[in-house]
Amino acid sequence: MYSSRNEQLIKPMFDRYTQETGQAIRFVTDDAGPLIERLAAEGKNSPADILLTVDAGQLWQAAERGLLQPIESEIIKTNIPAHLRDPQSRWFGLSVRARTIVYSTERVDPQDLSGYEDLADERWRGRLCLRTSKSVYNQSLVAMMIAAHGEERTEEIVRGWVANLATEPFANDTRLMEAIVAGQCDVGIVNSYYFGRLVRDKPDLPIKLFWATLAGEGVHVNVSGAGVTAAAPRAEAARKFLEWLTEAEAQAMFAGANLEYPANPNVAPDPLVAAWGTFQPSPLNVAQAGELQAAAVRLMDRAGFR
Amino acid sequence: MAVVAAELAPPRSSRAADLRSFLLLAVLCLPALVPLAVVLSAVLTPEVEVWSHLLQYVLPEVIANTIVLVVGVSLGAAVLGTLLAWVTSACEFPGRRFFEWALLLPLAMPAYVLAFIAIGYLDYAGPLQSWLREVFGSSRWVPPIRSTGGVIAVLTLSLYPYVYLLARAAFLSQGRRAQEAARSLGMSAARAWWRVVLPMARPWIVAGAALVAMETLADFGAVSVFNYDTLTTTMYRAWFGMFSVNAALELAAVLLVFVLIVFAFERRARAGLRFATTRDLSQQAPRIRLRGARATLATCFAAVVFGLGFFFPVLQLVLWVVERAAMDLDARYFEFVMHSVVLATSAALIISAASLLVAYLERHHGTLMVKLLVRIATSGYAIPGTVLAIGIVVPIIGVNNTLQSWLSAWLGPSAPALLLQGTLITVLLAYFARFLAVGFNPVESGLNRITAAIDEAAVSLGAAGFQLVRRVHVPLLRTSLMTAAILVFVDVMKEMPITLIARPFGWDTLAVRVFEMTSEGEWERAALPALAIVLVGLIPAALLTPRGEHVA
Repeated sequence: MYSSRNEQLIKPMFDRYTQETGQAIRFVTDDAGPLIERLAAEGKNSPADILLTVDAGQLWQAAERGLLQPIESEIIKTNIPAHLRDPQSRWFGLSVRARTIVYSTERVDPQDLSGYEDLADERWRGRLCLRTSKSVYNQSLVAMMIAAHGEERTEEIVRGWVANLATEPFANDTRLMEAIVAGQCDVGIVNSYYFGRLVRDKPDLPIKLFWATLAGEGVHVNVSGAGVTAAAPRAEAARKFLEWLTEAEAQAMFAGANLEYPANPNVAPDPLVAAWGTFQPSPLNVAQAGELQAAAVRLMDRAGFR
Repeated sequence: MAVVAAELAPPRSSRAADLRSFLLLAVLCLPALVPLAVVLSAVLTPEVEVWSHLLQYVLPEVIANTIVLVVGVSLGAAVLGTLLAWVTSACEFPGRRFFEWALLLPLAMPAYVLAFIAIGYLDYAGPLQSWLREVFGSSRWVPPIRSTGGVIAVLTLSLYPYVYLLARAAFLSQGRRAQEAARSLGMSAARAWWRVVLPMARPWIVAGAALVAMETLADFGAVSVFNYDTLTTTMYRAWFGMFSVNAALELAAVLLVFVLIVFAFERRARAGLRFATTRDLSQQAPRIRLRGARATLATCFAAVVFGLGFFFPVLQLVLWVVERAAMDLDARYFEFVMHSVVLATSAALIISAASLLVAYLERHHGTLMVKLLVRIATSGYAIPGTVLAIGIVVPIIGVNNTLQSWLSAWLGPSAPALLLQGTLITVLLAYFARFLAVGFNPVESGLNRITAAIDEAAVSLGAAGFQLVRRVHVPLLRTSLMTAAILVFVDVMKEMPITLIARPFGWDTLAVRVFEMTSEGEWERAALPALAIVLVGLIPAALLTPRGEHVA
């Protein structure tokens, strides 16, 4: 397996699977970019059976370059909702990463919050904190906004965000939330598991998640997911393992290890995560995040979102 | 006079010998040349759409940023490194013995770790500004750490040891006689320093600053913690964000233009400065004893740099380890450390030996072609690790696939599956491509010190060829070779992208462990492997300094 999901988040599942089935799993971790280049260069000689990433865009790109093969599996179709799967069945999500609004409970009334688009409104001038547009999570959020609103309207929104920034964009979500706590800004956009990590250590921080809507429909989600490689020497074993990963026990472990949401809707998230309430995910297919990602990056460059 | 301004006229050799050397050099440098060829060949298939976008919206600002950063950090590191090197090698002040060694240590601290800690402490939400707000009610007047000045300061603190180490070797080996001579001719102490001592160390200082400039060009980790946009971050954006690895390679080709400028500058700064010491290499003049305010100033200066560049960051790492990263410590850490040390040691030995050979070939067969080849081969240091890793791993995969198809044609279905790309050989080849400059620069500077006159004297005493190298040059070059080996060792300890993409299944190192933690932003948990990298990096640093005292 080539994995851009890090070792401590995947190894426990691998060990469990080996215990149950006797099937050993060898893996290499790296960023998805180099792994995909390696896979492409190796071609039919690749030793890899599975590509696992932490973002749908990379899976979309790997599929686009012909590096993944379709897997026909009733188990996967049953366990994973359609909007978290590649329409051509070459990859699918294993855990859901919700990117939503975080706000200061001291200075913001949640009644005032609604969608991501609303953060471009003038009343947030000097009150917004954002992570850098280099983050793939912002790239996929903006890609989905393009899918929902078109480029012109999305660019207006992003320009509004930039105008509202209280400070230069942050390199990561954790720093962003610390800035909200410290009073540098009042609202921001983060992945829910970063929030989870922060409040797990410090439950009393004056900061909360708000389930935002994209085009009025639901929370923007990305996935950590996987697909079987086109040249997989052990495609059958790979499919079996991926099917196992969509079942209840593995799903709870896979998502729980990083406070994410299981992609299988019948599996409950970690109790800490469940305490933030339930949300309606955006019904847009996550594959669009990949399709429109390059356009999103260009749009953010034009809008001066650094 | 102990010092002569001897123009190094290398013994001329025949054309055939020149050609042989050129070919030998080309083969030796092959691993370093391949990724550059990959980078340059990308230019042949330009990504027109991406480029028109970049030219219009991104590159003007990014190129200006890159120039400001490289000039700022190189100058900063040159000034800081030179001053500290001189003060610790020529003066005596309280704590001198400790600082002489300790000022080297920031080298072992990865720049991205320093950047992360600096922002954690000094940003709006950090403890310093929070305290200021509590006391004064506001901290808006504090200059923001996430700024051009902040990133220059952090990179300078983390990279000045390159200059420090090389300049120290220069100051220690030049003796104090030139300065005494200058003073006897009526120059003031300050003027003698400026006109004689500093120019004599210039080749070393410039070689160190060139390494700093290249390392800065290649840096991705620290600048992204600051969200400071450079050519490097643009490469990653084109590759990971716009899915165009080709555009990233083309941007790397643009970066090579910057490297050429650095080289041109380096050449210019060294031109006509081929000063060399001929005698009394081991003879140390007495140190200048600083007293009173000057001594205090020297101690404070060294203490501040050491504190900011090493002591406080390490303290923070230790605190994080105690707080939450200790649980990660298990038996596997022994393996991570062993893997790191094996790779770093092998790379240090291979690269310093190769550097010696390359420097010799250049010295004795320094045709224009040879000089050009050496420059090209050492420019890989300025290319961001991930791009360079792809530039070398993809061709190796090509070789692997060709071998595999031959093997399959020969043995049929029973042919074993080859996997050259996942072997330590590939990792070491890629390190070679990346770090040749780190080994070569100190060795070349050291070799500059050995005049033709020394060679002639040795030859007349019967030590020619290999004997000359072993009995005369190697002892004279010991500090330079050690410097080269240490720099490579420490750099490999910190190296991430090459190790990640080319390591065999399961062969994890400390740097890989840092990646595992930081890829999901768990910086505090990365403290344990980061601290281990620093500690292991200390070992060779500790080896160097006691010797530096009495070796040229």
